[in-house]
Amino acid sequence: MFHIFCPYCQEYREEEEFHPSGQAHLVRPADPASVSDEEWGDYLFFRDNPRGIHHEMWVHRLGCRKFFNITRDTATYEILETYRMGEQPSITAANAEVRREQGVQTADGGWQTVGAQPENSRLNEETPS
Amino acid sequence: MTQSNRLNQGGRIDRSRRLSFTFNGQQYTGFAGDTLASALLANGVDIVNRSFKYSRPRGITAAGPEEPNAIVQLGATEAAQVPNVRATQQALYDGLVARGTNGWPNVQRDVMSWVGKLGGSFMPPGFYYKTFMAPASMWMTYEKFIRKGAGLGRAPTEADPDIYDHFNQHCDVLVIGAGPAGLAAALSAARAGARVILCDEQEEMGGSLLDSRESIDGEPASAWAEQAVAELGGLANVTLLPRTTANGYHDHNFVTLHERRTEHLADTAAGAGREGEVRARLHRVRAGRVVLASGSHERPLVYANNDVPGNLVAGAVSVYIRRYGVVPGQRLVLSTNNDHAYRAALDWQEAGREVVAVVDSRAKPDGDLVKQARDAGIRVITGSAVMEATGSQRVSGAKVVAIDTERFVVTGKVETLECDTIASSGGYSPVVHLASHTGKRPQWRDDLLGFVPGEVKGMHFAGGVHGVYALGETLTDGADVGAEAARAAGFEEAAAIAVPEVAVRQESPTSALYQIPHEKPPLRAPKQFVDLQNDVTAAAVELATREGFESIEHVKRYTALGFGTDQGKLGNINGMAIAARCLNRSIPEVGTTVFRPNYTPVSFGAIVGRHCRDLFDPERYTALHQWHVENGAEFEDVGQWKRPWYFPRRVNGKLETMHEAVARECLAVRRGVGILDASTLGKIDIQGPDAREFLGRVYTNKWAKLAPGRVRYGLMCKDDGMLMDDGTTSCLAENHFLMTTTTGGAAGVLEWLELWHQTEWPELQVYFNSVTDHWATMTVTGPDARKLMSEVTDIDLDREQFKFMDWKEGKVAGVPARVFRISFTGELAFEINVQANYAMHVWKALFAHGEKYDLTPYGTETMHVLRAEKGLIIAGQDTDGSVTPEDLGMHWAVGYDKPFSWIGQRALTRPDTAREDRKQLVGLKPKDPKVVLEEGAQIVLDPEQKIPMTMMGHVTSSYYSPVLESGFALAVLKGGRNRMGETVYLPMSDGSVHQAEVVSTVFIDPKGERQNV
Repeated sequence: MFHIFCPYCQEYREEEEFHPSGQAHLVRPADPASVSDEEWGDYLFFRDNPRGIHHEMWVHRLGCRKFFNITRDTATYEILETYRMGEQPSITAANAEVRREQGVQTADGGWQTVGAQPENSRLNEETPS
Repeated sequence: MTQSNRLNQGGRIDRSRRLSFTFNGQQYTGFAGDTLASALLANGVDIVNRSFKYSRPRGITAAGPEEPNAIVQLGATEAAQVPNVRATQQALYDGLVARGTNGWPNVQRDVMSWVGKLGGSFMPPGFYYKTFMAPASMWMTYEKFIRKGAGLGRAPTEADPDIYDHFNQHCDVLVIGAGPAGLAAALSAARAGARVILCDEQEEMGGSLLDSRESIDGEPASAWAEQAVAELGGLANVTLLPRTTANGYHDHNFVTLHERRTEHLADTAAGAGREGEVRARLHRVRAGRVVLASGSHERPLVYANNDVPGNLVAGAVSVYIRRYGVVPGQRLVLSTNNDHAYRAALDWQEAGREVVAVVDSRAKPDGDLVKQARDAGIRVITGSAVMEATGSQRVSGAKVVAIDTERFVVTGKVETLECDTIASSGGYSPVVHLASHTGKRPQWRDDLLGFVPGEVKGMHFAGGVHGVYALGETLTDGADVGAEAARAAGFEEAAAIAVPEVAVRQESPTSALYQIPHEKPPLRAPKQFVDLQNDVTAAAVELATREGFESIEHVKRYTALGFGTDQGKLGNINGMAIAARCLNRSIPEVGTTVFRPNYTPVSFGAIVGRHCRDLFDPERYTALHQWHVENGAEFEDVGQWKRPWYFPRRVNGKLETMHEAVARECLAVRRGVGILDASTLGKIDIQGPDAREFLGRVYTNKWAKLAPGRVRYGLMCKDDGMLMDDGTTSCLAENHFLMTTTTGGAAGVLEWLELWHQTEWPELQVYFNSVTDHWATMTVTGPDARKLMSEVTDIDLDREQFKFMDWKEGKVAGVPARVFRISFTGELAFEINVQANYAMHVWKALFAHGEKYDLTPYGTETMHVLRAEKGLIIAGQDTDGSVTPEDLGMHWAVGYDKPFSWIGQRALTRPDTAREDRKQLVGLKPKDPKVVLEEGAQIVLDPEQKIPMTMMGHVTSSYYSPVLESGFALAVLKGGRNRMGETVYLPMSDGSVHQAEVVSTVFIDPKGERQNV
């Protein structure tokens, strides 16, 4: 049972209000007619399944009805951050270790940072490229 | 029987309140404050059960949740039966009825015991796998026999009279366990102002303080516990939950607590004089911080015949004497590897019974308790251990021998001591269960000879659970950790409480000892039990390692060590130590298994709470529900909705069957006028300057030119080109539309629209809102529909003014309404939408005017027949996620030339979706008109073909048509549209074969003239 910080409601809410909606940051080809059947199939059906850091889309179905993103560790079930649609994660598989050292997590004594919120913009600048 | 083992004084029981109870058919008495176990021991009951596999007699071994043997079936009546209750955890009440879980006809004379007698050679580990696996088809038969023999508890066969519920709770600090560490932690956190929940599984809070020989600030330890509980109970920010077990620790500090509210008083709430009250409650706690203060369990030593009644864990002896005033025997031998266990011998002697000897495996024990025992004249035999218990129904003696723990051999001559009780202690195992529920493995600590919890985010450990055992240190640790948890939860000022004075006791170190060597080789010695509940012996563990099961997880599964309700509380560490010895590895190298929820069994009632019977799933009613009930409707569940299925009438004193009612309702619509409550259809209000553009992207057909006042049917696909939902959408105004969805698809379609808008096209200005419940929908349909409508509305109903697929605003029965000329029956139809709270008025007005037209209410079954006769699909019934609009013959509803690549377009240009032999929607007309084909029936072309036949498709919808006077069906069939007129075959499970002709999907009025009359 996750405790999830909705980046729109700005509150922790119980998992029962939410609903997972698959991998985040998928991009629908701008001109579907120009891609091959195989590329279209990849877009439709192929998904990452990492052990560790994963970016997922969730919807606050019984709340504000907004879709948002979660960076989650699939091995520990730890939610590292939640961030709004259109924003980029501040924690990724590539920088997770650095992030842990920076103490991004549990900034508020909870289970996750608020993600790419204004108060975290400094952290975003420090993200190694 | 008298309470022969009860002391005249002492203990925390109330001798003025005598309680009578029945165990295995015998009447006994005990006192208020007893557990069932202490009362049985007071009455000298040795055998409480038969063992699971070998059917050996078993007695009470422990005093808490770790008890492996005294597992009983509780309940005086059938409805109140509770299986798998530990007698050590069940408070005694007047009239309690219980019996041992295993053993038939009774535990004293057990017909299964011959299995146990032969068991040594016949039932090695993996016995069931090896013996009963072949032939596989016989397993069901074997299993039935084995289960009966094993005699697991049984569920009641009558309904539970009690109610249960759930509490959702939040707190800053949840403290699990109210022993010295937990009480100190709760005090620190509570005094800092944190909201604290303190739970403890026992009848009384205090844990080890309640049976301690030590004093705190010069007072008995139990007095300090009482003060602490009293202070906490008086604080508004503290919730005390006694009789409450923390059963499961889940992600993000979500903890389930199982509170038993009346089970200590009677076997039902009503029996306890608390009629209507909650019997058990599950607290679902989201805690800021968790302090785990679950303490430790004492490990017994593993020696031969250590399961004979009269073998107890040393600490349990002290608990029974000091808390319950019960000495469970006359002559005690204590076998130990540590100092702390000596208190059992001291308590025993002070109770006035004989301590035959303390047998200590260490060469030179010299701690304070050892000295105290020697000063009291107790014989202490060093460098030795109890190798074997003698006796069968009760211990009659202890074979003691000098041992070499390094080489695992006996080194001296065996001495037999006469005794009736053997207490053993092999050290202490921290109760790490909850800390490993989320998958964190415990860590071995050589200095403690035990596993401590791994790091768990949000969880703090206090006291015995992380190896802090001495009373003074435990209190200090609890106080510090409680303050630390409160600070972490945001109470930055939190400080540890001042800890009271406790005299420091000198202890000599514990030696590592688990299994006692026997003079015979391990596999020949009498049984040495590791896991008493699952009947796993040391020899079984050794055999498993010899057979190649080297991983502890495999050893566990092969032998059943630590299985079931026991979850390895007493035996796990001993089992791992034995495996380690056999494999010549260290315990940390062998590792540990992880524990799972639940820590102890939780009743189904508590798990279910109020989510049963009428409240199992929410029910949704339309605004007209009461009318349907009053008019005798039978209901059908559609999602959570209760929809009228059909309205049987009483004809000549007899209620119509469904078939008769549906036939009548169908003919009424086709010949006169009928009415349907269609309020459950999903309705989504769509507004915004880009609403029209958005519709064009999510529907397959065109929306650019739909004028206000017009309605269009639309198909919605997923991006794989397969049909997802369908419905009509009406243009209310240039930037305002009303979309309808299937009843079941309403929530999903709204989320689908939000998904695409929020994630792909946020630049479009469009907004969605569900208005399903706001509007009631009534469909008036049939050749007489216009006549009826003209009596109740000011809308111009002229067929040229109000065309098919138009909608108009006006008044119906004096109420503002939207009326849509859409038809799901093929007949002339008006769909009236009114505000839901006016619906009953309008519905009744229609019936007042409709009487002369014999206005007939119809339900979902008739609706299905009528729409199928017209070949109108239901998404989700005639489609299954592999059907394209083309497969349905709805090319006309696909706008391939729309400018934007709408959802599904790309996939519909693949060669696969253009194949001619795809399954296509067709009609089927059975050759025998009396036959109604089975929905789901498979279609073949050659009924003589050998199985497996080539399957060509299946029936999706099938009914009897009273108009056609024949069965008819819709089906998907490979290349179906090119098979018109062909005969196909439908083999049934009973061997018969139906024949049907492939026909058009439209069975009635192929030109569609009837909806335009």
